[in-house]
Amino acid sequence: MTDAIRAGGLAKSFGDTRALDGVDLTVPAGAVLGLLGPNGSGKTTTVRILATLLAPTSGRASVAGYDVVEQAAEVRSIIGLTGQYAAVDGTLTGLENLMMVGRLLDLGRGDARRRAEELLDRFDLTEAGHRPVKTYSGGMQRRLDLALSIVGRPQVLFLDEPTTGLDPRSRAELWSIIRELVGDGATVLLTTQYLDEADRLADTITVLDHGRVIAHGTSEELKRQTGGQVLELRPADPAHLGAAAEALTSLSGGSPAVDRESGLVAVAVEDASLVAAAVRRLDEAGVPIADLALRGPSLDDVFLNLTGHRAETTPADEASGDGRDQRSAA
Amino acid sequence: MTATTVQQEHTGTRAGSTRPGRGRVLGHSLTIARRNLVQVVRSPELLVFSAVQPIMFVLLFNYVFGGAIQTPGVEYIDFLIPGIVVWTVAFASFGTGIGLNEDLSKGMIDRFRSLPIARSAFLTGRILADTVRIMGNVLLLAGVGVLLGLRFAAGPVPALGGFLLATAFGIAMAWVAAPIGLAVRNAETVNSVGFIWLFPLTFVSSAFVPVASMPGWLQAFADVNPITITIDAMRALVLGGPTATPVLQSLAWIAGITVVFWVLAVRQYRRIA
Repeated sequence: MTDAIRAGGLAKSFGDTRALDGVDLTVPAGAVLGLLGPNGSGKTTTVRILATLLAPTSGRASVAGYDVVEQAAEVRSIIGLTGQYAAVDGTLTGLENLMMVGRLLDLGRGDARRRAEELLDRFDLTEAGHRPVKTYSGGMQRRLDLALSIVGRPQVLFLDEPTTGLDPRSRAELWSIIRELVGDGATVLLTTQYLDEADRLADTITVLDHGRVIAHGTSEELKRQTGGQVLELRPADPAHLGAAAEALTSLSGGSPAVDRESGLVAVAVEDASLVAAAVRRLDEAGVPIADLALRGPSLDDVFLNLTGHRAETTPADEASGDGRDQRSAA
Repeated sequence: MTATTVQQEHTGTRAGSTRPGRGRVLGHSLTIARRNLVQVVRSPELLVFSAVQPIMFVLLFNYVFGGAIQTPGVEYIDFLIPGIVVWTVAFASFGTGIGLNEDLSKGMIDRFRSLPIARSAFLTGRILADTVRIMGNVLLLAGVGVLLGLRFAAGPVPALGGFLLATAFGIAMAWVAAPIGLAVRNAETVNSVGFIWLFPLTFVSSAFVPVASMPGWLQAFADVNPITITIDAMRALVLGGPTATPVLQSLAWIAGITVVFWVLAVRQYRRIA
């Protein structure tokens, strides 16, 4: 099997900001790669370079064997791109949006219309097909956005945070569509901040942080790397969160993570026998426990373990890398 | 959703995936122009506003200032209409800049740039649609002028040439707005930037008053202003008088502005990060 996407030493600077700092990637044909990382980690920049929208400062990348800089026209003819925001024309109807893209892909008027109707049907938009897109719900707009990016039956599909901002039902719908596309044989590169999304859709996951690849592997491999299991407990009194974390500090290799919002302390434990030790320590520290559970690690734990911070975004991160704000300034 | 509706074949490439030929570029430009025109037609409030505004200016200038402004040898309405036409088509460039800026901020430009179409097709399509918009404005003002007493003293054919010249000038102004629309952060900024360069340029010209009535230092600018030159060429074509020099000068400005800003716009489009 050949590689559908290859990138080596990809770097990109915007002024003083180094958005990408030497990223290597390979995605075999027909596979789904999840690019996981917080805002500002370089996910969008990576996608924009691979989709020929942005030239790298250094490094090389190819899609289906075509160089993204030297052979950009060839690359564009075999890719589909769904960006972070639904790139749909709100004044046109769904049908018109699809037909426009079909015409731009050199389909005749009749073929463009047939293809548009086919996709409306497939994405459950037939009824809304004759309405201006600005009347669509967020989920419908994202579905249309995805439909627009596959009008030309792309071999390689880039999905940049395809479900950001969607309600759970719309996310689930979009996931099932993406799975179908993969079933049809497309190679997909998907960026996401949602760990469960990467977990559900991706064959392999690459974790980015500050423009670098910090881990790569299957979801299972990454979880194994984090260590066996996670002990999660909730002190009866949220004021004891700090004391609980302190009591568990030298219990195992990892340092405990405190989530004040949910009132939980989580710590990686290599084996279940440590649970008894944990309970003893908390008792000695005088921390009554309301709730205690042992669970397998989630990708959230993986991320925390790799980076020392959670995958959720902070405002400081937003300013530093991926942002769309940057592009108008650049 | 019916999973079985389509069996996609992801192996084939699209027809004609190599570099676009000239015929295809034109086809793509027309597809994009069509899309932009549909947007115009479906925004009736904008359509009405862009028609009412120039008519309002004709009425205000003609009836409020007309009596006070001395235009030796011509009726003020005859003097005013060429000025208002060129003024209007210059301000129509706002639509170009704002439209491009919206496509940029809403990600439509990403969509077009990721398709295998020529970089120039998107911009050409926009300007083609704007040309139709500009022609609509020019025709409307010509009609209003006639209703208020404008006469084509030099005959209908030169007058038609005059209105076409104004349209060509409007296209040049649309190209000026294109790189601005692609470079700035939001539509409000497109507006502000537009006002900053268009107000002095259009008012320090022969659009509403004879240049001779301005202070000398201002006349020096007004005389070389392409707006003055185009308005004077149009007045000569519509009202009579020597046409060769002002028309050639105006065409030279139009060609120069178009080429320079076309290059800047395409470069800006390529460089969008």
